[in-house]
Amino acid sequence: MRHIISVRDLSKEEIETILDDAAAIQSGSYDPSALRGKLLGLLFFEPSTRTRMSFAAAMARLGGDFLSMDSVEASSMAKGETLADTIRVVSGYVDAIVLRHPKEGAARLASEFARVPVINAGDGAGQHPSQTLLDLFTIRQSMPLEGIHVGLLGDLRYGRTAHSLAHALSLYNVTIHTITPKGLELPAGLAGELRDAGTEVVEHDDISTCVRDLDVLYVTRIQRERFPDAASYFKVASSYRVTPELLSGTRDHFIVLHPLPRVDEIDPRVDSLPCARYFEQSANGIPVRMAMLLRVMG
Amino acid sequence: MTRKKDARDGLLISPIENGTVIDHITAGEALNVLRIIGITGTTTESISVATNVESKKMGTKDIVKIKNRELRKEEVDRIALIAPRASINIIRNYKVWEKKGVDIPDRVIGIVRCPNPGCISNTNEPIRSCFLVQKNGLRCLYCDWLITKDITSHII
Ligand SMILES: [Zn+2]
Repeated sequence: MRHIISVRDLSKEEIETILDDAAAIQSGSYDPSALRGKLLGLLFFEPSTRTRMSFAAAMARLGGDFLSMDSVEASSMAKGETLADTIRVVSGYVDAIVLRHPKEGAARLASEFARVPVINAGDGAGQHPSQTLLDLFTIRQSMPLEGIHVGLLGDLRYGRTAHSLAHALSLYNVTIHTITPKGLELPAGLAGELRDAGTEVVEHDDISTCVRDLDVLYVTRIQRERFPDAASYFKVASSYRVTPELLSGTRDHFIVLHPLPRVDEIDPRVDSLPCARYFEQSANGIPVRMAMLLRVMG
Repeated sequence: MTRKKDARDGLLISPIENGTVIDHITAGEALNVLRIIGITGTTTESISVATNVESKKMGTKDIVKIKNRELRKEEVDRIALIAPRASINIIRNYKVWEKKGVDIPDRVIGIVRCPNPGCISNTNEPIRSCFLVQKNGLRCLYCDWLITKDITSHII
């Protein structure tokens, strides 16, 4: 049985296969009844409407059906019941489970108790492989992944989407530029791991000095709750704001990504620039999730 | 371990007739070795412990002798986590019956608690903690948390 729990579990070849499948799906070459008669269980123990909708849409486009349990229902179902038991019960209803849960490692646990494949749609601050795969997919639409310079901007200490992406990129011969406020740097353990994998990691505290060397700028939110007070947050947030002026003179094929939702780290004037790809990135979630569903149920 | 050396160590610990001698434990880790193999104040084994014993090989080392108990392979491998150079001597009738080194296991199950408070392994789910042994530390199978130092303080 094939679960998709963490990008760490996927080899470079498996990632490439999913991205290739997603590309084929996006160009229209897929069987719209490939998953007819199959039922997907969407188990969301914390709210994430967009992720839930995109998995539902992906399943529907492949002719399959889904059962959806939202966070309110999930919390009452789980009242006193372990996740292990919930998973054993739901395993009897559906052909695959997409799980979102506030505890890190919940998806790994689910995969141990499920009798059907489990796809991790985010566990706490943990893994969210569909996000990483769609990030890679979006980059690959514009340029080969091999050898590029990727800037990761924002909270890299707690921002796990950036962690998973960095880990996946370390399979390619990339250079990672981290641009972070003080105290929100990439954890030393992860930086060491990336370097061990042969990835060059360059640390910056000012985006303007390195943006012209980048092929991709991946922007993440700087969470307000990480700061002691509003004033220190705004001071930091404003100095990590991506504006059209900042992006002048960047490389021809340079792109800006963001896992969304954004708050104010990207100036809305950037939206109309050709390098702004975050809305395409979000839409790419559908073909990538279709490829993932086919992989586990097809 | 020769009888002669045993006799000299005898000032600290007397030889045992049957049981296990764990030698070359990293100095200061003897009590953790006992914890890791499940020996506490409430268990009934007869134990001798010597700490900070002079060692040609290691400078100083700890030694643990457990009477009338032979360690299982699984227990021996746990010791590797905190005392990778330890040697285990199974004693029968005052003689070293079998000598084994420790092997670092691939996985450590139910021994180490995940330091991540948000980890599912720290809830009431019916699972035991599980860590993958990597060259840079122990990685939680569930939440990916990496323990790089002071493993003993996380032992359950
Ligand atoms: Zn953990």
